[in-house]
Amino acid sequence: MSYLSLSDKDKAEMLARTGAAKIDDLFCCIPEAVRLKGPLDLPAAQSELELVRTIDALGRKNAYGGHLSFLGGGAYDHFIPTVVDYLSSRGEFVSPYTPYQPEVSQGTLQIIFEFQTLICQLTGLDIANASLYDGSTGAAEAVLMAHRVTSRDKVVVARSVHPQYREVVRTYIKNLGVRAVEVGFGPDGRIDKDELARVLDDQTAAILFQSPNFFGVIEDVQGLSDAAHGVKALSVAVVAEALSLGLLEAPGKLGADIVTGEGQSLGNPLSFGGPYLGFMACKKEYLRQMPGRITGQTTDTEGKRGFVLTLATREQHIRRERATSNICSNQALCALRATIFMETMGKQGLRELARQNAQKTAYAADRLAAVPGVKRRFTGAVFNEFVIGLPKAWAAVDAALRAKGIVGGYGLLADYADLGSAALVCVTELRTKDDIDRLARTLQEVLR
Amino acid sequence: MIKEIREPLIFEISAAGKRAAELPALDVPENKNLLAGVALRRELDGFPEVSETEIVRHFTRLSQKNYCVDLGLYPLGSCTMKYNPKINERLAAHPAFAASHPLAPADLVQGSLEVLKRVEGLLCEIAGMDAFTLQPAAGAHGELTGMMLIRAALEARGNARKYVLIPDSAHGTNPSSAHICGYTVKEIKSNANGTIDLASLEQGMTDEVAALMVTNPNTLGVFESDICRIAEIVHAKGGFVYMDGANMNALTGIVRPGDMGVDVLHINLHKTFSTPHGGGGPGSGPVGVKAELVPFLPAPVIVEKDGRFVLDLDRPRSIGRVRAFFGNFSVIVRALCYILSLGPKGVREIAEYAVLNANYIRKSLEGLYYLQYATASMHECVFSDKLQKEFGVTNLDIAKRLIDFGVHPPTMSFPLIVHGALMIEPTETESRRDLDIFIEAMTTIAKEAKENPEVLHAAPHCTYVRRLDEVAAAKFPVLRWEKKP
Repeated sequence: MSYLSLSDKDKAEMLARTGAAKIDDLFCCIPEAVRLKGPLDLPAAQSELELVRTIDALGRKNAYGGHLSFLGGGAYDHFIPTVVDYLSSRGEFVSPYTPYQPEVSQGTLQIIFEFQTLICQLTGLDIANASLYDGSTGAAEAVLMAHRVTSRDKVVVARSVHPQYREVVRTYIKNLGVRAVEVGFGPDGRIDKDELARVLDDQTAAILFQSPNFFGVIEDVQGLSDAAHGVKALSVAVVAEALSLGLLEAPGKLGADIVTGEGQSLGNPLSFGGPYLGFMACKKEYLRQMPGRITGQTTDTEGKRGFVLTLATREQHIRRERATSNICSNQALCALRATIFMETMGKQGLRELARQNAQKTAYAADRLAAVPGVKRRFTGAVFNEFVIGLPKAWAAVDAALRAKGIVGGYGLLADYADLGSAALVCVTELRTKDDIDRLARTLQEVLR
Repeated sequence: MIKEIREPLIFEISAAGKRAAELPALDVPENKNLLAGVALRRELDGFPEVSETEIVRHFTRLSQKNYCVDLGLYPLGSCTMKYNPKINERLAAHPAFAASHPLAPADLVQGSLEVLKRVEGLLCEIAGMDAFTLQPAAGAHGELTGMMLIRAALEARGNARKYVLIPDSAHGTNPSSAHICGYTVKEIKSNANGTIDLASLEQGMTDEVAALMVTNPNTLGVFESDICRIAEIVHAKGGFVYMDGANMNALTGIVRPGDMGVDVLHINLHKTFSTPHGGGGPGSGPVGVKAELVPFLPAPVIVEKDGRFVLDLDRPRSIGRVRAFFGNFSVIVRALCYILSLGPKGVREIAEYAVLNANYIRKSLEGLYYLQYATASMHECVFSDKLQKEFGVTNLDIAKRLIDFGVHPPTMSFPLIVHGALMIEPTETESRRDLDIFIEAMTTIAKEAKENPEVLHAAPHCTYVRRLDEVAAAKFPVLRWEKKP
């Protein structure tokens, strides 16, 4: 299939205008010695119908869809209202680029402005950017931001932060002379406050914690923020499950200085991990250190309200190596989906959705804890995920569950060997009571 | 784009009690003590309450205030705004992929893993590299990843070195990415052809320099004809050549970066491989490397073992993850669809017709607009407003007036070495008719600049908003809606 639009006559006439005898002549500036002498070794071109068959065949190799799944861990299976797909697939949203020309980009710009407002409302902070790549890079950017704000080189990272997020943070900071010190968790699954007190000092730029954390446990955001502020460090909250903000108090109201996280839950499909959207909000005094694009309100020459990308002097295309980040784009289309999702769910719907997640999870946690041999691993309150401890190796339990069509959770052995045989179980509004009962029943069978 | 369409902020049309979504009743027994002792919020203060009809009208009206590729030529230089095939959207949203979880056991997501592995292989062939990582979420993210790989390889040799050389024509992400990787940037001047000056390079290239970051074709749309010599100079001092592949659209099937001495490069799938730009993202910035850098690739690496795809997590020399999970997967599916649709001949035609279209525009506008560098153009050409300045007309005026003719303006004021730049990249998917509409508009504007510059200063005339006050926006930032007290 070709997507070219020129007729043979067009080509000939256009080539004549360029003065070249043939198309190859247009490439004369490339040294002959390195030019390809033959065609690339690529599969033969496919028509639309052949392509559909190819992709369908690849899709059939994904057996995951046939299972009842309780996976979470930073990627959540939520209901997406039809209007999200319908509206976000409009060519006017899908096919433009960055709104560099605001007069012909007011749609995208107003939506980003609404997105920024919604993120401020969710996080309880003053300002938000137009989105970052995802939750993990958001966490890394927040750490670098705290390093710039405080001019300090140490960051305290909770071990209960998503393991992959921590890994990304380590990758980002290691060449900048910033070091991460990890703090463990107590029997409630929350940060171990005694250990925290021991590592906090006047070199600490920030405490990076996640709430609900990787175990689903809700952290004491106010207590952690107070501890950070006690040594003049920033309190940086990561929210990997954005939906939790529909029910839990906004971290910004509990002392967090920067709140960053993953917005996938808000209207974006699992899609094997991406594209997702990172969000970031902060107190207004840190505006000049914020990474990424920001949209602002202004007026046109006739006094009419309009929106533009603004405060670009923070960004790489103006400031080059002195920019607040090297990020150049945002996840506009994912942020659009999140905006449509949040506005469709609305004030009542988002709260109700969050409440149902928490209720179903509480039910599931009780049901599983009643299975002989299964224990809740942590005592702390959870949102829509919890950790269970098992009397047998998770690998065997997982295999037995899968044989019965269930993906029961995410095994924690690789990331938290100290927890023994344990799995993270996630329950969203998409799992019915019957689904949860089936998991409990099947788990009981396979443990027998 | 109908001028009369007005649409308030959603918050301004919200009214208590309206809903656009309902959920089923809770089907588990309600726990009255749910989250006892946890700080809960009373309500989502300020969140909108609207009906589904209002949602659909709101976003449909807003959509009509956007210009887009589906509407016409979008010649943003360096951005490669080509047509986005619709089938690729449908297949990227395939339920088998959309519902696949990134933490699922590898056995259950063999199809997703195969997509990734196949795209790695196709990109290796197209770029002439030994391996690719698909983790980076965008071009700038790819640059950062690539520079980290170089740093890791140099550390393995015993010295990470201090400096990175970057031409003055480079995109701002290059110096910024090098900086975040812990390097100090040294700028090298372009010569009269707009390309890297070999003498300056030789002088700057010491054994303290980690790498040269080169964009090829560069941001002027000019091919660095000395690229092989450039690579020799860098390699002779033990440095690496990083290629910013933003302009790969000019090269596909013609020449491979890996064959001209490039050690590391990133490719923008949202440019060269037609995945839609989405109003500013998501993109995808895979990074390709030569053999020496393979051990340092971000973990995990997907490997094929006995006909199954598994994740290799045991990568002791890896730079680590640069992003959670596997990168922007559904963007990668679109790129796969695009490459499979085109085949070897079609992939070569990308470059052939992108370069033909750009040169057609260049020849049609030469003389009307000033061309600072007369060097041969590849997939884009960079004019400036120098001739129009005489009449007090700037590149901003020209850009805004183009909007009145129904065409999106080119990239402006970049690269920095061309004052008042207008950087035009038509891409290969455009029809003669759309190219001619642009050329005619530019021709008319050149005439207007002489005869009636006021019409340009006041442009655009036919949009919902007129020229916006960007200075005030930055000086008195209003970055969110707030409830009136």
